Amino acid sequence: MPGPVTDPRGQVATDTPTRRGTEAALLGFAVLITVVAQIIVDLTVTGHLRPEMAGFSVWITALWVVAHLVVRRWASYADPLLLPAVALLVGLGLTVIHRLDLAAEQVNSTVTREDAPVQLIWATLGVALFVALLVVVRDHRALSRFAYTLALLGIVLLALPAVLPASISEVNGAKIWIRVAGFSIQPGEFAKICLVVFFAAYLVDKRDVLALASKRVAGLELPRGRDLGPVLLAWILSILVLVFERDLGSSLLLFGIFVVMLYIATERASWLFIGLLLFAGGALIAYQAFGHVRARVDTWLDPFAYIDGAGYQLVQSLFGLGTGGLFGAGLGGGRPDQVPVAKSDFIASAVGEELGLFGLVAVIVVYLVLVERGLRTSLVVRDAVGKLLAAGLAFAIAWQVFVVLGGVTGLLPLTGLTTPFLAYGGSSLVANFVLVALLVRISDAARRPVAPHATPVRLGDAPTEVVMP
Amino acid sequence: MSELVLQIFRFGFLLLLWLFIFAAFRVVRADLFGGRPGRVASVPPRTATPKKRGQRGPRTLVVTAGPLSGTKITLGDQPILIGRADDSTLVLTDDFASSRHARLTNRGGQWYVEDLGSTNGTYLDQQRVQGPLLVAPGQPIRIGQTALELRS
Repeated sequence: MPGPVTDPRGQVATDTPTRRGTEAALLGFAVLITVVAQIIVDLTVTGHLRPEMAGFSVWITALWVVAHLVVRRWASYADPLLLPAVALLVGLGLTVIHRLDLAAEQVNSTVTREDAPVQLIWATLGVALFVALLVVVRDHRALSRFAYTLALLGIVLLALPAVLPASISEVNGAKIWIRVAGFSIQPGEFAKICLVVFFAAYLVDKRDVLALASKRVAGLELPRGRDLGPVLLAWILSILVLVFERDLGSSLLLFGIFVVMLYIATERASWLFIGLLLFAGGALIAYQAFGHVRARVDTWLDPFAYIDGAGYQLVQSLFGLGTGGLFGAGLGGGRPDQVPVAKSDFIASAVGEELGLFGLVAVIVVYLVLVERGLRTSLVVRDAVGKLLAAGLAFAIAWQVFVVLGGVTGLLPLTGLTTPFLAYGGSSLVANFVLVALLVRISDAARRPVAPHATPVRLGDAPTEVVMP
Repeated sequence: MSELVLQIFRFGFLLLLWLFIFAAFRVVRADLFGGRPGRVASVPPRTATPKKRGQRGPRTLVVTAGPLSGTKITLGDQPILIGRADDSTLVLTDDFASSRHARLTNRGGQWYVEDLGSTNGTYLDQQRVQGPLLVAPGQPIRIGQTALELRS
């Protein structure tokens, strides 16, 4: 750690604190909440603590201690709130999944497959990747050197399930999986991060062209026709995902991220306008052409009309949220298992039922903190790629949470996106850990004081007495 | 489980959740408004020997326009290099900026701007910077599309 920077008046000007102590305290708080939640669930549902409880507590504590120590060693100026927010969300997710495991066992005692331990293993893998990324990637700017490689990787990952046979890649109508030897992976989750890195590097390169060459039409700075290329390409990519993988969520996520990053890079509101127009066009085409999109929209408009079929899940989710009310039924006190696939897509409705509006809003605020820290990092960091990357990653989290919670509460049509960190699902969890590792890396660069010897003194720059003319 | 215990669990856990958020918000607040000198901290200087408080020189360099708008750099006694080169203190991505464009130097608490032989020039207010010029707080320095100013 470099010593305090002294200013010429001989007083310590800025001794930027690393804030690692704050992070450790908040991480401890998050672990405490996780363990308390697990104890409450066990006591409420079964009346006694399960024997694995001690092992679980040690495991989860060890996980965050390792993550914290690695941040302390390799990203010592990183933002102190990113990791605790993630720890709380992961802990809550594990608890709700465990609670749903217990519910399934009560209904049918022969079911012994538990998902919470599997999720814990995924979380461990996520932390391992988080550690690896922080150790390997010492400077986020180095990533832009691999921009086109990452773009290719992203597109390959995105397209892989589409070209694989349906027996490997299709689950519940969505062709977004790779299922090998009992494991199922959603490569799209990783493609998302690769593409955000690519977008950031690409837009920093090209933004002058995209921002400067424009003509003014009706109060909007419209770009030239030929500069529309990239946004059209992103749009076509999203449509292709929709056609070949029948995945509304990824399609919406990709296009949203690209348009917003374009807007941030160029500061031209016209890109948002163009994006919205393209989105409206795409949505209209999708509604006309694809039955599964039309079914989603119809159940969204009137879920109770399809209560026995496509709308059942959403109606159960709405009932669950209604049962939860303001303060919820208490952890273990509700019936969140009434909602089909409550562990993954509808975990927010389980949270809403057991913790109520206050609990669900608390979870949303924790996401808000995460996103705010990302955007703050983007404002403070001194290089353009870092700015755009941090903003893009933060927006990816915000957009995903908005789309998922909108779907679960009936505000938006249902899409297949997962709630980051909370929902059951290995790929999503691991990918989001990678995302947070990138944010931690950038925030470290943002808050780190300018190193005293960062500017090599060259002969031409050496201080000379200049005689004023 | 008795009803009372269940109710304690129910409200106690919500309270715990919101306490976490409260703690997180305190950190956010300290970050935004806390420390006057830096942008992050509220810790007092270690060797607190504040000299004449009236004569505070500029403490931050703020980018007010251009792609990096909003960026702040806390001033120490090192010179601030501005340009497109990767090792600059403020790395510009501006086609109108040179790789080593300008430099801000501290001489006895005053900051001077120098142009390092850039192609398109550096401007202080409306004046093109030829030799080192004294920069007053709030005076705009223009480099390509970027505008900077010193703030105390």
